Amino acid sequence: MRYAETGFNLEVDLTVGNIERVETDPELTRLHLGGNGSAARIIWDRVSPEADAFSPDNLLIFSTGLFDGTPIPAANRTMVDTISPQTNMFSNSIFGGYFGPELKHAGYDKIVIGGKAEDLVYLWIHNDKVELRDASHLKGMGAQETAHAIKDELNDRDIQVAAIGLAGENRLYMASIEHYNAAAARGVGVVMGDKRLKAIAVRGTRDFQVAEPEELFKLCLQHYQDIHESPFNGDLMAIEWNDAWHHNNFAWGNARTRRKDFWHQEQEDRWKEYTLKIRDRLQGCYNCPKNCHLVVKPPGRQRYMLKCFGKGTWHMAAFEELPFTFDIMALSQEYGVDSYAAPQAIAFAIELYEAGILTDEDLPDFPEKSADRFYYLLEKLVRREGIGDVLADGVYRAARQIGNGAEAYDHNTMKKFEQIPLKLGKVNYPYYLMYCTSDKMAINQTEGSYPQDPIKEIPERQAFVDGWMSAPERFKKFFMEWEPRTHPSFEAAINIADWNETMHYVDDALGLCAFCSSFRGQFGGGSAYNIYNIPTFIKLAAGIEMDADDLWQVARRNRNLVRAINMSRGLKRADEKPPEDHWKKREPENEQKLLDGYYNFKGWTNKGVPTKLTLDKLGLDDVADELIKRGLIKGDEGICYKDQSCYSEGRPKDADVSFRKAEKFTLTEYNIKNK
Amino acid sequence: MGKPAKKIIKEIKVDLGKCNGCRACEKACAAFHAIPRYSNFNPARSRIKVVIDERNDQWVPVRAGGYTQAECNGRNHYVIDGKEYSECALCPASCPSRAWFKEPDSGLPLKCDMCEDVPPLSEPMCVQMCGRDCLTYSEREVELTGAETQEAENHMELKKAYEALVKKHGQKKVVDTFSRLSMR
Repeated sequence: MRYAETGFNLEVDLTVGNIERVETDPELTRLHLGGNGSAARIIWDRVSPEADAFSPDNLLIFSTGLFDGTPIPAANRTMVDTISPQTNMFSNSIFGGYFGPELKHAGYDKIVIGGKAEDLVYLWIHNDKVELRDASHLKGMGAQETAHAIKDELNDRDIQVAAIGLAGENRLYMASIEHYNAAAARGVGVVMGDKRLKAIAVRGTRDFQVAEPEELFKLCLQHYQDIHESPFNGDLMAIEWNDAWHHNNFAWGNARTRRKDFWHQEQEDRWKEYTLKIRDRLQGCYNCPKNCHLVVKPPGRQRYMLKCFGKGTWHMAAFEELPFTFDIMALSQEYGVDSYAAPQAIAFAIELYEAGILTDEDLPDFPEKSADRFYYLLEKLVRREGIGDVLADGVYRAARQIGNGAEAYDHNTMKKFEQIPLKLGKVNYPYYLMYCTSDKMAINQTEGSYPQDPIKEIPERQAFVDGWMSAPERFKKFFMEWEPRTHPSFEAAINIADWNETMHYVDDALGLCAFCSSFRGQFGGGSAYNIYNIPTFIKLAAGIEMDADDLWQVARRNRNLVRAINMSRGLKRADEKPPEDHWKKREPENEQKLLDGYYNFKGWTNKGVPTKLTLDKLGLDDVADELIKRGLIKGDEGICYKDQSCYSEGRPKDADVSFRKAEKFTLTEYNIKNK
Repeated sequence: MGKPAKKIIKEIKVDLGKCNGCRACEKACAAFHAIPRYSNFNPARSRIKVVIDERNDQWVPVRAGGYTQAECNGRNHYVIDGKEYSECALCPASCPSRAWFKEPDSGLPLKCDMCEDVPPLSEPMCVQMCGRDCLTYSEREVELTGAETQEAENHMELKKAYEALVKKHGQKKVVDTFSRLSMR
């Protein structure tokens, strides 16, 4: 009997049009839980390090999380994994909404897509009936437009659709896969487009089982109410009017200018008034009570749903105001471009024009106003017209193709990938490690459990630590010892980076939303899911007995597998560095010591490759053998990961699933107090 | 005949402005009506459904009413607070024109029973799940009409007769006899 999962994957070969329903090995669930963990295993097994991202041998995998579709609230993520053409590495992207639960009810845990279709197709999954259908009539359509066209032609409003827009069709490296209120970014839309797969439509009405249904349901009924009440869960950016934090501290333009005094009351009131005018409501994902998505209808545009930091990225890149973002996102979400990378590529081009590196010849009839330039370049970009064709491969490659000094303007990429625009003062140890070593390529997919700043007042800090049930004991000690404006110790920094990324690997295996788990812990320490309470949900849903240490071990296994994939694809220690000017004041010697310490802690060689000892202990013996064969490790390195129990200092193994409660918590007040 | 008899009307109020489209009510409903109870959480088995049209800002929880043999000719569109709703988005029928409110295996119609149970629930399960107050439960007392009072009295008489028979012959024998007789 399989619990919480269906036990079947859908294997689709687009080249020959073959579709198979394949039973999966339950042992893989025990080892990886699901989601991006078992997807990494498939990529390791079946996509050779020599295979190019655009090769038909590359796989595009849509995975449900192990918790998706069960009564567990806020578990609805679909993980999309592939090899990205931008980095030539493993790409892990995540989207919410309804898709994952629907897929599970159709009877599948994953869709594994290989090959390439000759012409544009879409995949239609209706329980046992699965077919590839012609999509030539959908060519050029927007992502939501496609979703509704498919629902219309199949005559069912309950179908869930994940689709690419023009950007994916034209293989933009920053193309996203869009679904309902969510999107998968970071190098997956381009592969979907390359495979000529316009969309996946799924409708599922079948049952699957959980191990202890009554107990799980009753627990979830309470957990759902607790999450609803909690100010420590959900996306505060969607509900707070004051966003001085991002606007005053993140960099505007081509990750260039910090406007420390930007935010002021008159402007906040104006933005609030405008938002309320065009906003119909706040909205959420499957089985989650939070309000993280704005339903907006800007004048002259279609109604759409907006989420997350995209609410800031467009106008900050363009030196414009919030209404500009609302307007251009009505276009960009239909075209299906990532709202992190696309605005940066455009801002980069504008800088090059102002520097005389791009000329009127490259940008005929280039408008004067920044906003107009953004619309102009967005259209060029998604059509790969003229300069758009160059920008479509991302800032790093565009800079090298344009040459003539353009390389200097590529100052915010890392591992060839656009980073969140942040330019700060002094190097931050844990952040240095997370930037350098994260195989997720994005800081917001890596940070999140440990607070960014110490709480200034000691009694307040002590009270925080006393109720911080999500934190293993060592972090409470680190936090109490942390003097404001000083570095944590090397040991603390390494542990912090480790805990932060571990929780993301947990979420991305289970399908939990980071805003109720891995990402939100840093703001208030009260996320609904943590390393201690998740095992109870795993036991009741999947029937797998494990404790916090076992769960940490699964995350470690998944993390090392992704690392092994990237190392075998040529990732080097020299690539593990933050964007050049991310911090003004650097500490090169300490940074290298930190990196040494982190690699050692992880059980990796000083080149960052997992050792045989580490991999064997994780049950990944075959991975170790392959790395030896490839000459990446010798096999006799005496280094193993550092194992620390979550139950140190007498911490009991109780099954308490509750989390920190509070009447009120706002990011604004928290930042004013502690930043 | 004494005072007019009264009955309790159970109601669920739906505040459309408060729905965030999470569909937890659907899961709660499927769970409560599963046999064994809570053994299922498949929204396709739910007797409440959030009818979604995000392009029109519509998230409308609708509870399954009754089975209808034929689809209606209702093609009305209602404009409420400036938003247009199709009649279908507000209609609780399990009808041939759409797939809602039918058991996915058998196709048999589903109908909301307000989670009738012994002992009674404080609120139907969908309402308990919806912490957002989009669904709220209330009861109100109404006086029965003459015909309804007569029916209630007949029902009481039957109940007394049944209880007397059970007392004399035992429940199993009475039930068996009645089912045998009604088979004819």
